[in-house]
Amino acid sequence: MRKLTRESWINSSLVLLLALAPLCASLLDEPYYVNLASRVVIIAMAAVGLNLALGFGGLISFGHAAFFGLGGYVAGVAAYHAFDGSYFIGVIPGSDQMPVIWLVAVLVAGLAATFIGVISLRTQGVYFIMITLAFAQMIYYFAISFPTYGGEDGLSIYVRNSLFSLDTSDPLIFFGICFFSLMLSIFVTRRIMGSRFGAALTMARLNDIRLATSGVEPFPIRLTTFVLSAMITSGAGALFADLNGFVSPSMLSWHHSGELMVIVILGGVGRLFGPVAGAVVFVLLETFIGGFTQHWQFFLGLILLSVVLFANGGLIGLLAGRPRHD
Amino acid sequence: MTEAVLRIEKLQKNFGALKATDDVTLDLKPGEIHALIGPNGAGKSTLIAQISGGLSPDSGNIYLGQENVTGLSIAARAKRGLGRCFQISSLAMPLSVRRNVMMASQAVTGTSFSFWKQTDNDQKLLEAAEKVLARVGLEPRADVPVAELSHGERRQVEVACALALKPKVLLLDEPMAGMGAGGSERLTGFLEELKLEVPILLVEHDMDAVFRLADRISVLVYGQIIAQGSADMIRQDPLVREAYLGTEE
Ligand SMILES: Nc1ncnc2c1ncn2[C@@H]1O[C@H](COP(=O)(O)OP(=O)(O)OP(=O)(O)O)[C@@H](O)[C@H]1O
Ligand SMILES: [Mg+2]
Repeated sequence: MRKLTRESWINSSLVLLLALAPLCASLLDEPYYVNLASRVVIIAMAAVGLNLALGFGGLISFGHAAFFGLGGYVAGVAAYHAFDGSYFIGVIPGSDQMPVIWLVAVLVAGLAATFIGVISLRTQGVYFIMITLAFAQMIYYFAISFPTYGGEDGLSIYVRNSLFSLDTSDPLIFFGICFFSLMLSIFVTRRIMGSRFGAALTMARLNDIRLATSGVEPFPIRLTTFVLSAMITSGAGALFADLNGFVSPSMLSWHHSGELMVIVILGGVGRLFGPVAGAVVFVLLETFIGGFTQHWQFFLGLILLSVVLFANGGLIGLLAGRPRHD
Repeated sequence: MTEAVLRIEKLQKNFGALKATDDVTLDLKPGEIHALIGPNGAGKSTLIAQISGGLSPDSGNIYLGQENVTGLSIAARAKRGLGRCFQISSLAMPLSVRRNVMMASQAVTGTSFSFWKQTDNDQKLLEAAEKVLARVGLEPRADVPVAELSHGERRQVEVACALALKPKVLLLDEPMAGMGAGGSERLTGFLEELKLEVPILLVEHDMDAVFRLADRISVLVYGQIIAQGSADMIRQDPLVREAYLGTEE
């Protein structure tokens, strides 16, 4: 019980800090730092998606950039068509409404994940890692070779997409939208993990023979998890495109997949707020040490190495102790 | 004659040149314990694995009630009422006893595709697990992680998980192994009662328990059933004494 309270304390402080930092930055008239906080929050949300598959489901996906990028491209392509009034594949009109974009992003990523999952989840371990990577690379090259949407150069979103009557171009308001999405994704993850489905998923990770012996097929549980996980990550991708006003194939590249894995592992695999801790550390290192030296990833590597070697549960585990199963 | 709940016909399974299951035919009737005995490496666990779906036979058929289940998955057979206890405990070690048992209750009390309702408030699920735990006498240990249990207690959890499925048939692979005298005495008493409810195919090395419990015994040697019959018949069978019992005592 004590450890549980301690973890909730750490989580609450983390969230509070994350919410207050951009508020202060905004008061000090430093929009750069507000946007930096949005970046942290969005990447954290993408990692929350991955954590569902990787952390809670034990599905080591090395292809989540595909879903992140698909979300981004849905936002970019929708905005592009809305901007010049043209149609996607000649029939579907564009949209600059975030709710529409999010819905489409989530559906597209869900569809892609179903297809990828059906094939890749027949394998396990290294093969699963490689097949998810291979699919992500296929989508990456597909995006590069599509000149309508900028090909290698990517696609600009000239005006940030809108949400109801909010002024989304205001950095603080946009941060609020991202922050709310992150909290929602963590809340959804928590509900899922406390549900019957979550129990089955936990068992699929710990001992899938036991799961089957209990009368539950492991495959559909894993597939559904993979799809849900992709959906969350794609939502983050759509926000990321709006933050930068830009999408490019680099969002789909395997570097991003690797970064998301690093963030999940750094923060604590299968810890609800692990991705948030991981994203904070990652983006801060990238921004501040990356400002001094090109070799900031050396320090990231050092930290990752010590976390993996000395703190089994990542940063959250280091601070809060081992997870409590009841 | 009563209808068999489980029927195995001409089952055959080879591992390379090794005939692990060699033309095995047996059945299990309501209300009985059918014991499967044989020396180490005779193919008892291999047979259990084929019945439960973990291994597929090279030929032959397995019927659960009227249904041919030979091609079905482990989960599909479990859902149809095939409860199983592994020779080597196969549980989720970090989870509590209760969580392990609840997993099996989950399939019986509804769907696993429920994403919102929390299992902590799922009365149907909690009660189902509670009932089984009480029955097996694991209530006081319900919230202990399986990793912290003794070997014998883990065997009990396995039995509890199998029971939580509300099984029509139970396959128990050496449930008493490593239990200690007191533990196996208690389990023997428990199985004696249980068989009236669920017929049991029992693999066991503890001959006292076998002769006390079994209504029928099949003796497996090198994958083949060399004798099958009532406990008394088997005790007197010279072939069995030579092949198995003789070396044992
Ligand atoms: N997957 C496998 N591949 C190859 N050989 C196997 C395999 N599984 C079992 N065997 C062999 O099949 C034979 C039967 O094994 P099995 O485990 O069924 O015996 P058992 O009767 O359960 O023995 P015990 O009393 O020791 O549990 C053994 O010789 C074993 O080495
Ligand atoms: Mg065996």
